[in-house]
Amino acid sequence: MSLLATRRQQQTGAGKGKNGRKRNKPEDFRSPGEVAADKRKSHMGYWLILPGFIFMLLFFVLPVFSLLATSLYTKPPGADIGQFAPALQFSNYAVVLQDYWAELIRSFGFALIATVAALLIGYPMAYLVAVRLRHRNLLRGILLVLIIAPFFTSFILRTQAWKQILADESLVVSALQAVALLPEDGRLTATAFAVVCGLTYNFLPFMTLPIYASLERLDTRLLEASSDLYSNAFTTFRRVTLPLSMPGVMAGTLLTFIPASGDYINAALLGNNQDTTMIGQVIDSRFFRVVDYPGASALSFILMLAILALVTLYVRRFGTKELI
Amino acid sequence: MTPRRLPEDPQLRRLVVAQMSRRNVLTGAGGLTLAGLLAACGTGGTPTSQGSAEGGAVVDRSAEEKIVNWANWTLYLDYDSEAQTYPSLDAFTKQTGIQANYSEDIDGNDSYFGKVQGQLAAGQDIGQDIVTLTDWMTARMIRLGYTQELDRSNIPNAKNLLRNLQDVDFDPGRKHSLTWQSGFAGIAWNKKAIPGGLKSVSDLWNPELRGRVEVLDEMRDTLGLMMLENGVDIGGNWGDDEFDNALDDLRREIANGQIRQVKGNSYKQDLISEDALAVVAWSGDITQLNFEQGDKWEFILPEAGGTLWSDNLMVPVASPHKTNAEKLMNFYYDPENAATVAAWVNYISPVAGAREAMEKVDPSLVDNPLIFPTDEYLADAHVIRTLSADEETKYNDRFQKAIGN
Repeated sequence: MSLLATRRQQQTGAGKGKNGRKRNKPEDFRSPGEVAADKRKSHMGYWLILPGFIFMLLFFVLPVFSLLATSLYTKPPGADIGQFAPALQFSNYAVVLQDYWAELIRSFGFALIATVAALLIGYPMAYLVAVRLRHRNLLRGILLVLIIAPFFTSFILRTQAWKQILADESLVVSALQAVALLPEDGRLTATAFAVVCGLTYNFLPFMTLPIYASLERLDTRLLEASSDLYSNAFTTFRRVTLPLSMPGVMAGTLLTFIPASGDYINAALLGNNQDTTMIGQVIDSRFFRVVDYPGASALSFILMLAILALVTLYVRRFGTKELI
Repeated sequence: MTPRRLPEDPQLRRLVVAQMSRRNVLTGAGGLTLAGLLAACGTGGTPTSQGSAEGGAVVDRSAEEKIVNWANWTLYLDYDSEAQTYPSLDAFTKQTGIQANYSEDIDGNDSYFGKVQGQLAAGQDIGQDIVTLTDWMTARMIRLGYTQELDRSNIPNAKNLLRNLQDVDFDPGRKHSLTWQSGFAGIAWNKKAIPGGLKSVSDLWNPELRGRVEVLDEMRDTLGLMMLENGVDIGGNWGDDEFDNALDDLRREIANGQIRQVKGNSYKQDLISEDALAVVAWSGDITQLNFEQGDKWEFILPEAGGTLWSDNLMVPVASPHKTNAEKLMNFYYDPENAATVAAWVNYISPVAGAREAMEKVDPSLVDNPLIFPTDEYLADAHVIRTLSADEETKYNDRFQKAIGN
């Protein structure tokens, strides 16, 4: 009981600004020499972040501005393919939103389903390896490697392999048809179902690993304490395990949802041309096929803002300060 | 998705930057520094003006640097998989002393164009001395001034270019391009699954094949075939109505589930897995698949006709090895070398005399109509006319939307 209480306190205290300021108070009583040394130290900190700052400036901030500028370009009359003039044509945004709102919503829908599915599959996997097999080092090692192993081969090749496994003439499809789970003329590839499955599969390690990392630190004595207090397994999970693994769940869901909503490989390989197009495919098609740089840039910018808004809402709603 | 240009006009550039600071994205000195950086990082594209660099400014270093860099598509040059070399390139090096750096960099006309356009527009060297692109993209490259004029005195063998390819609408007199290989787009099917075979594009819409048909995402081939089926002369003066009719057909067959997917090169994998039983296909692909997988598929030009396309060799603007590039072109326009390549890639050789040379290289291929088409066979193949810039943008937009993008 008291153990639980102290841990909670530690957790809540760690990130809070109020406590942070309190801790700094003794500063007022330090000698001038100490203060100067501290200042040098803080300068040192700035120098250390300089490479990161320059990197982000060159490869993130500048491209974002360039993207924003391009998204407002206009095509002057008589211009050839790929020739655009600088302008502030905000209507580009209205046009692409009107044409592609459905694909935008579909992308977030697919990404959401894939994230939930990956959570449902990934959490038990992480729990098994991190908690249940905590003292079986060999087995734990093997399972961890199995979780990470998909990273060792190319994303595209793995998706391509899925296509072969789920092909119309494959064992899987004939078996499903034999037990009437799939209609005679039914298929698994070139469907929305296949796209969501592909997304779930491809991003599963991004979900499992952060959850594993947070469950690995779970103090199993807390679980014992919980059952000593007459909690059943479900209550223990809900009141102890899940809250303590929330940082992992938050990180895992974000790492899955964000790339999944912009993904286009799965939809291109496993989808069809009717009801599976994702926004990444549209951006690719606008940029390379139609050579509509402003339209592609506007869509990219909209995608970025939409993800930012969704993630902010999500973190505000579910992530408390003590967890992030 | 990295856009490469910023407003060129200083006034507009300032406007864009001001716009950003109003949004509190940039503040104070940081903003100024950023604006400076922004200005510096723009590659100085020429959005509305000519859009090309002056060819004369490029110095040809061919004499000092005995190299030529060539970007081509995959499986498009004779390859010895055991020695991991390109035998004909080795022969070229032996004969001329020029080292050829061959790369299979091109996996799509559009994606390659998207990759290099920024540099070409700025008149920069893209690191390639020869690029190999399809007719319509060749037309775009030449129109935009992204190519150098060829010096035909370095390419005496160019006289071997087949007569029907000597004058094309996108490059009168072949001043900027020479054909590499040509091929047909037609229909192909799995012989076991469809023993009766197919005769026309309409046969692809047979309900028995529902969900097992794929068409190419190359607009000119898929819609070209469909327009031919509708009786349109695709080399003639067709317009919106003819295009939209064919597009409606395509939309209908996608919507009713007849067409499983609209695909690029990867339709070959679907033929192998038998997800696709009947397809709009390129002739050389089917020949190669039959060679690798056992004789499983058949390719024909549909009754109403198929399309004939060519890929062309060009020297990009700012390439410093134009003379070496021309020597390489000259080498492959020698009939015997052309036959060596054709025997391996299984596409149509554009070189007159290659058929006679093939007697020596591989006699079994001399009568293959997909490599050396007869006049009757060629009569069923049509070259789609070159589109204007506006048409290209308009039709690409409609086609991409129709295929769900």
